[in-house]
Amino acid sequence: MHALKKPKAIRIAILWRTRRMLRKGGAAARKFMPARSSLSNVIYWVVIGFLFLPLFVLVLYSFNSGRQATWQGFSFEWYQKLVMASPELWRAFLNSVIIAFGSAMMSTIIGTLAAVGTARYSFKLKSFVSTMSFVPMILPEIVVGVSLLIFFAGVGLKLGLATVWIAHTTFNLPFVYLLVSARLEESDPSIVEAARDLGANEMQILFRIILPMALPGILSAFLTAVTLSLEDFVITFFVTGPGGTTLPLYIYSMIRFGVSPVINALSAVMVAGTVLLIYPMRNFLKVFAAR
Amino acid sequence: MKKQVGLYYSLPQIMWLLVFFAAPLGIIIAYSFLKKGLYGGVEPQFSLEAYTAMANPNILIVTWRTLKMSVIATILTLLIALPCGYSIARSQNQAMRLFLVIVPFWTNFLVRIYAWIAILGNEGFLNDIIRALHLRSESVQFLYNQTAVILVLVYMYLPYAILPLFSTIDKFDFTLLDAARDLGASRFQSYVRILLPNIKSGLVTAGLFTFVPIFGAYAVPLLIGGKDSYMLGNIIADQLTKTRNWPLASSISMTVTILTTGLVFLIAMRKPREQKQVFDADPGLITPVASGGR
Repeated sequence: MHALKKPKAIRIAILWRTRRMLRKGGAAARKFMPARSSLSNVIYWVVIGFLFLPLFVLVLYSFNSGRQATWQGFSFEWYQKLVMASPELWRAFLNSVIIAFGSAMMSTIIGTLAAVGTARYSFKLKSFVSTMSFVPMILPEIVVGVSLLIFFAGVGLKLGLATVWIAHTTFNLPFVYLLVSARLEESDPSIVEAARDLGANEMQILFRIILPMALPGILSAFLTAVTLSLEDFVITFFVTGPGGTTLPLYIYSMIRFGVSPVINALSAVMVAGTVLLIYPMRNFLKVFAAR
Repeated sequence: MKKQVGLYYSLPQIMWLLVFFAAPLGIIIAYSFLKKGLYGGVEPQFSLEAYTAMANPNILIVTWRTLKMSVIATILTLLIALPCGYSIARSQNQAMRLFLVIVPFWTNFLVRIYAWIAILGNEGFLNDIIRALHLRSESVQFLYNQTAVILVLVYMYLPYAILPLFSTIDKFDFTLLDAARDLGASRFQSYVRILLPNIKSGLVTAGLFTFVPIFGAYAVPLLIGGKDSYMLGNIIADQLTKTRNWPLASSISMTVTILTTGLVFLIAMRKPREQKQVFDADPGLITPVASGGR
């Protein structure tokens, strides 16, 4: 059910899926099964080394004094510059945050409504809605970016923060829809029937039964949307304009036009941020798993 | 009226996707059949020029190269991801092992590309080591070639393959392997003839997850590759922003779209019963078989 359009997006979709699998999978049964396949374990650890090598190099160089990549001694210089002397970078960061929360908010509202609509009711265009919500995920990012750029040029919309917000809401929608739909499918329909039997009206059912039941799904959809938005480079690259530089775009221009070691410090901070973000979430999700 | 409540709920999403997804796609389909304007844009005149222009040897070469690089990168990724997924599935500490795969996976895409530049660059980590060991006095150019692009692509998409493979293998009943061994199969035979057929769906999912984004790659060949590793994504962007041939950019986009979605739907149609779940790592057919119809 998860899709293929966006690299970043997919990995988040897989992550959630994997969590769910883990939750359901027989962890207890596995305890009695010793890990025997030594070759696959060796490969696993080599791959982990391969996956972490670049991150390690970034962190190492972020403490390097001097402009060259060659090691010249320990220093906090680049962290200092990152905090004190990079106003444009912080502007881009702020843009990223605005876009991430703005587009996540919009897509969560629209997507949740649609998920509720298709999960609870049958209507003529139902299969059309679910198919249409799914197709944007299969398209390569570049096609989405190019088509939106041509569209914005065609309708005469000025490129900038607003067009980036529209683009991000668009690519977030399918994921919100899927995650909330999946959650709604898991919930027990008889609760809604019971509420209706007891005299609840449509509004009460929506706000007091369905939305609270779907809340974990809605929250994970929102967080996924925030992450997807913070990550996106390719689509943003095409639809952005003056004043619409996001953090990934800023990093891109740093790579392209003169690398300053500040980028090492920034990357190291982002790596640390990623670890800090996922680590507690892993426990949080495990609590869910124990439910 | 009551019957249409679901439609009202879905209306905002329908409208949004019609305007910002279907309409833009419609426009590039239309543009691909129009004549190119003098300074970008299009002239309202029907033409197949954009499609005949794709027969240009330069574009054909890039198409072939994109296909070749995507296939190589996907196969490499699957070969590496398979034992990894297996090792995670059989581990007693799955959560930790998954966590280790996910951390690099969640690190910003551009940061990871940049990290590879920092490693492979002329003044990079690898050249530093080579010089420190006095293997060579000049730096070696590791970047800006196809091998570097494939390496980084494999790096980027490995987790996409590992995770679905893991979740399929995790559902596999490992006692079947023991049974095969008891019945006289060698270790290798038991993997190839028992494990592999049972995790086919996971392999397909992992393959799609890697192949499709790699086929549409843009940033990696742009930053890591050189002239000999330009891919279709780069050609599209160039036609759009540099050459300003919008019809051609549209027609190539259409080709990429049709190729990738075609592939996805072909695989989705192959087993109509699983259609809805085709992207699910476990299409539900395997588990009952492997676990004795539980």
